[in-house]
Formats: sequence, structure tokens, C-alpha cells
Amino acid sequence: MAQLTRRTTDLLKPFSAALSSTRLLTTTSTNPITVETSLPFTGHRIDPPSRTVETTPQELMSFFRDMALMRRMEIAADSLYKAKLIRGFCHLYDGQEAVAVGMEAAITKKDCIITAYRDHCIFIGRGGTLLQCFSELMGRKDGCSKGKGGSMHFYKKENGFYGGHGIVGAQVPLGCGLAFAQKYSKDENVTFAMYGDGAANQGQLFEALNMAALWDLPAILVCENNHYGMGTAEWRAAKSPSYYKRGDYVPGLKVDGMDAFAVKQACKFAKEHALKNGPIILEMDTYRYHGHSMSDPGSTYRTRDEISGVRQERDPVERIRKLVLSHDLATEKELKDIEKEVRKKVDEAIAQAKESPMPDPSELFTNVYVKGYGVEAFGADRKELKAVLP
Amino acid sequence: MLGVIRQRVTCRGIPTLTLEQGMRVVASRTFSSSAKEITVREALNSALDEEMSADPRVFLMGEEVGEYQGAYKISKGLLEKYGPDRVVDTPITEAGFTGIGVGAAYYGLKPVIEFMTFNFSMQAIDHIINSAAKSNYMSAGQISVPIVFRGPNGAAAGVGAQHSQCYAAWYGSIPGLKVLAPYSSEDARGLLKAAIRDPDPVVFLENELLYGESFPISAETLDSSFSLPIGKAKIEREGKDVTITAFSKMVGYALQAAGILAKEGISAEVINLRSIRPLDRSTINASVRKTNRLVTVEEGFPQHGVGAEICASVLEDSFEYLDAPVERIAGADVPMPYAANLERMAVPQQRGLATDQVHWPQLPKRYKELKLTKINL
Repeated sequence: MAQLTRRTTDLLKPFSAALSSTRLLTTTSTNPITVETSLPFTGHRIDPPSRTVETTPQELMSFFRDMALMRRMEIAADSLYKAKLIRGFCHLYDGQEAVAVGMEAAITKKDCIITAYRDHCIFIGRGGTLLQCFSELMGRKDGCSKGKGGSMHFYKKENGFYGGHGIVGAQVPLGCGLAFAQKYSKDENVTFAMYGDGAANQGQLFEALNMAALWDLPAILVCENNHYGMGTAEWRAAKSPSYYKRGDYVPGLKVDGMDAFAVKQACKFAKEHALKNGPIILEMDTYRYHGHSMSDPGSTYRTRDEISGVRQERDPVERIRKLVLSHDLATEKELKDIEKEVRKKVDEAIAQAKESPMPDPSELFTNVYVKGYGVEAFGADRKELKAVLP
Repeated sequence: MLGVIRQRVTCRGIPTLTLEQGMRVVASRTFSSSAKEITVREALNSALDEEMSADPRVFLMGEEVGEYQGAYKISKGLLEKYGPDRVVDTPITEAGFTGIGVGAAYYGLKPVIEFMTFNFSMQAIDHIINSAAKSNYMSAGQISVPIVFRGPNGAAAGVGAQHSQCYAAWYGSIPGLKVLAPYSSEDARGLLKAAIRDPDPVVFLENELLYGESFPISAETLDSSFSLPIGKAKIEREGKDVTITAFSKMVGYALQAAGILAKEGISAEVINLRSIRPLDRSTINASVRKTNRLVTVEEGFPQHGVGAEICASVLEDSFEYLDAPVERIAGADVPMPYAANLERMAVPQQRGLATDQVHWPQLPKRYKELKLTKINL
């Protein structure tokens, strides 16, 4: 729906090199703008929210900037992996940025998010830094888990991010447990437990959902349906790929996950619902450009046309770019400059992360317990390598 | 050298009553003078009650813990006292409620998750190990998991193969977990309180057949601030000829065996492990260095069992002190049969009142066979 218009000469300021979007006058504005979501929401046992979303220039610009940052970060991680600086598993999120960014816009850091292993961008959304991200990916001590977790185990507890989990589906009962604790503590906050279309078939999800519904827990289950569970397309894995309906007695909403404003609206709606009525399922219709992980080219089970088609028609960053341009909030050049700045930030963070040392060998034995009682722990050679756990 | 030779030993001439009395005397000698006795069930119930009272973050979750008063009545009265928000009845969905418990622990609550038996913990074992045990390490200390997983473990009576497994060895091998196995009422109270207060995930292995057993208890133990240290074994009976290590129900059997051995002139030192992980290697090794001989006892499967780890530890640390190879007594290498006679053969037995079959090592005969010097008692 965007019309590309050139900025008028009304525009006061030259763009400056230090292109923080806050420097541009109009983009600090909190004047309300309304946007329409790309598609209407589809509800299951619930009346869906309106397609009209309130936003501000500041928010629009921040969406662009944040998603551009996430996009660049994931692409840089791809290169680092190919350069063998990242080892093991690396599951990239590019294409799905709108879910992370839209969700953050609707909630606070007191709300909790828990997700699976495709967690780099959620971590950034929760306030993690690029340095912490790249250092962790490369196994360095400045990493968010001091290099001991790796790609799948990012956490930021003080900002309500509980990881980062490698076992498919496990994060959903854990997320319902966070919601249980929020309700127990009377915190008036909610938990977003994110999972994929592959995990949507896990039994423990339904066990947890049953209890969440029985006990009216403020749990929001968010299915990031990127249509492929590793190499298995949704129609081959699920008898009913209407994941928003799979909760049966639990209401659900189907959302265009490539539209950050649809995501924001849905999450805001879900939070209000969960605080009053218990669990709700959000299905985000999204897409990942990369394969399941860096070991998967991602083209053996889907066509390159499909991938490029989504990139052309539905790319989340492009959608925001068009919105920004159509609302005259920035010129194309200014947006390109933001992207350049973001790229620079990413490169700087990578350079700094490369300088970060690997964890000290003594860290092998730290954090096994909170309280170790002075017990002995042994390395591979029990005579050579052992430590006392404090 | 003490070893298992035959499955049947008759103890003619030794009245069983004396042995049991002897056992009681030994046990009560270790406490301050108090005639009070409580059952293990009462000990666990009071420990739960006191810890829930002291810390509002502690809550109990599991099947039948609330309205049913506990499948084994361990949580009797707690629902009435603390309400359904803190004593939570769950559906029969271990994977789900264990995950929920671990998530609540991530947030900062202190859940006590009850498994009706630890056999059902296998449904939830991913959460115990991958979500609970490893989280503090993987997050470099950000996400601690102050949770207790408790319930009856090991063989009961006639419950068959799927309901009789001992999980001490499995959980005992996981870094990040603490694994406790109480025997007496004092153990039950002290270790459960310590477990609930502990900031790490604790697997608390009770025993169904011990729930109804009474043990003498001191005033100190009954105090609400009482707790026992985690990672410390207890020397239940001192001796100098052989060390017997055991945990849970087998401690009682080991004490009885020590009583029998004493009549034969052999002084056995019985160690109640209390803590499977951390294992109190120093107490075990110090004992073996004193006695020079070791028998490990457990009910679980022998291969890769707790006894195997104790053997290895003693070989590594006290090899020169051993006068004989370590002997292991364990359950049989078979799924638990149902028929009573087969079931008796599948786990170490204590001297029964109705039968003179004893599957204990025929210790005195073996000792003499190897022509070891007579020990003066």
C-alpha cells in the first residue's frame, strides 16, 4: 500500500553522518500515526483485534533500525560461521525479525519471553548487546553466557529473557512455569513462550497448555510458523497446520508475522487477554530465509523461487521501509545511511568480540552449582585436572 | 574378604528379635536421650510444613498432593494449611508439570515437585536434566534453579518391573544436580529441609517402604531450623574390620548384617551415604583406610551403579589400603519380577521373620575361607 514519494523541500535538516534516527527532528516525534496491518487477523474462539494500529514516527523509525540491525547481525553470523569462528549449531532468524521487534513494542521488560534455539534476535530485542551476542557465538568470555552456552543458550534474566533452549518444545512448559510464577507472585505481567511449527506437535506443549488453561495462567503461546520444521514442511508434520486452532478450548489468533505492526497489535491484545482470561495462542505466519541451521542449505526442501518470492513480497524490513517513506519520515538515502551505520556497528562489535579472550580454563568448573559445598569435580584426567566447587 | 557366596544362609540359634533390638540400640545410641520416635512420613511432612511456613516462595506440586492428602500421605494437611495456590494438584502429565515447576524456579520460586514414584520421572527427565541441572552452567550463573524433585524411589513390594527401578545412579551422574537419599527420620527431616533451602536442583530419593518406619529423634532434630549438610555421609555404626556403604532402605539391612557379623567376631563399619551426589568420598575412603575392606550395597541395577562409582573412588584414592577387592551387593540384573520368590531373589534381602532365607553375603564363612588373621574384638 505504500507509495514512494520523494521528500519535499520542506525538510529542514541535512542528514548528518552520526545517523542516529533520534537526530532527525520528525522521527523523535511521538505524534500518533495509524497504520493498517497487511491482513486482517483470524480468530479462533475469540474476536480478533482491529487492523488499525497506533504508532508514532519514533516507533516506526526504531522498527526499521532494530530490524535492520537484526538482519545485518544474522548475515554477519553466517559469514563468521563459514569462517569457522562460530562452531556447532547456528540457527539464524533473518526473515523473522518482525516477530521479535513487534513483540517488544507491545510489552515491557517485566514481561517474560522464552524461546527455543533461534534466539539471537530475541536476545537483542530484550536489550542484549551485539558484543555479548557475537562473543557468545564465538565462545568468548564477553559473551552473554561467558562463552559457556553458545548460540542456543543466550539469556538476559534481568530483562525477562529466559533463553535460549536446545530441546524442541521444552521451552513451552518452562514458559508456562514462568507464567505460573508471575501469577503466584501477583506480578500482573505475562510470559510469551515461543516455539516453531515443528515444536507445535510436541506432547509437553499440550500438557502445559492444559494446565495453563486450568489454572488461568498469564501465558501466551507464540507459534512462529515459518512453515518448515527443519526440513519437514508443515503439511507433512501436522494433520492440522492451523496452529492457532490447536489449543482447542484455548483461543487463538492468526497473525501475519512479517508485519511488525500486526505482531505488535496481536501481542498487545494477547497480553490484555492473558492477564484477564488465561492462555491464548498466537500463530505468527513468518518465514526464515536461511535453512534450519548453518548446516542446512535450506533449498533441498523448498524452491529458491519460494524464498525469493517471500523476500520480494513480504520482507519485514522492506515493509517498514515503505511505510517510513510513505509517511515522509526519512529519505531513501537516510534509510540507506541507517543501514550503513548499522553495518558499521555490527562490524565493530565483531571486531571487538574477536579481541575478547576465550574463558579462563578455571571456568570449566564454575557455575556447576550455585553452592558447591567444596565438593571435588574432576576433568578428563582425574589426577591432572580437578577443582573444588565453591 | 567379605563376599557373596551363597544365596541361603541359615542363622540357627540367633533369635531375630535380639538382632532387631540390637539395631535399635545402635541407632538410639547416636541421639541425645529422648524417647520420642517419629515415622519417616511424619518427618517429611513436618519438614515440608516448616519450610513452606518459613518461605512463601516454597510450593508443592504433583499428582494427588492436595485433596488426596498425598498418594503416600506425605503431604497430609498441607492443602488445608496453605491453600490450593501453594499445594497444587496436577493432571497426570509429568513432562508438563515438571517443566512448569522448572520454569517457576527460573523466575525465583522454590518448587517442590513430587513424583508419585521416580519411575514416572522418566517422563520428565529431559526437564530435570536439560532444563534444570544444566541451566546454571549454560547461563554462566544467570539462571539458577532452586527446585526439589522428590518421591519414592526403588523397589516397593510386588509392584513389578515398571514400578521398581532405582534412579540413584542415573541422576547421580549428572553435574549440576544434587541427589539425596535419606534413611532415618532424622535424615528425612534434615535432608529435605536442606534440599528445599538449597539454591540448586535436588533429586530427593525417598523409599516407600520406609515411610511407615519409626526412628528415635532428638529435640534438636525437631527444631524448625534443623538441617543436615548436603554431601556428608553418616557413620551409623563404627567398626574396624570391614566398611559397608549403603543408602536408603539398605542402611537398615546393612545395620542388621553388622549385627550378625558382630556375633561372628567381625566388626563392620556401616556408612549411610545420605548424599549420592555429591558423594562423600572422603568419609568412605577414610573408613576403608581404617578397615581395609569394602562392601557396597544398593538395591538398584548393578551395572554402572552407585557401588561401581564407590569402588572406582576407593581404587583411585585408597588402593594400597585395600586388603581385598571391593565387593558389590546390588539388585539382580533383571527387570523386577512379580512372583514373590523371584522378587526376593532380585533385591538384597534382610533376615525375614518368617523365613530363614537370607541373601546376604555369607560373610563369616568367606572371611574364614581366605584364612585371614583373627581379629580381636
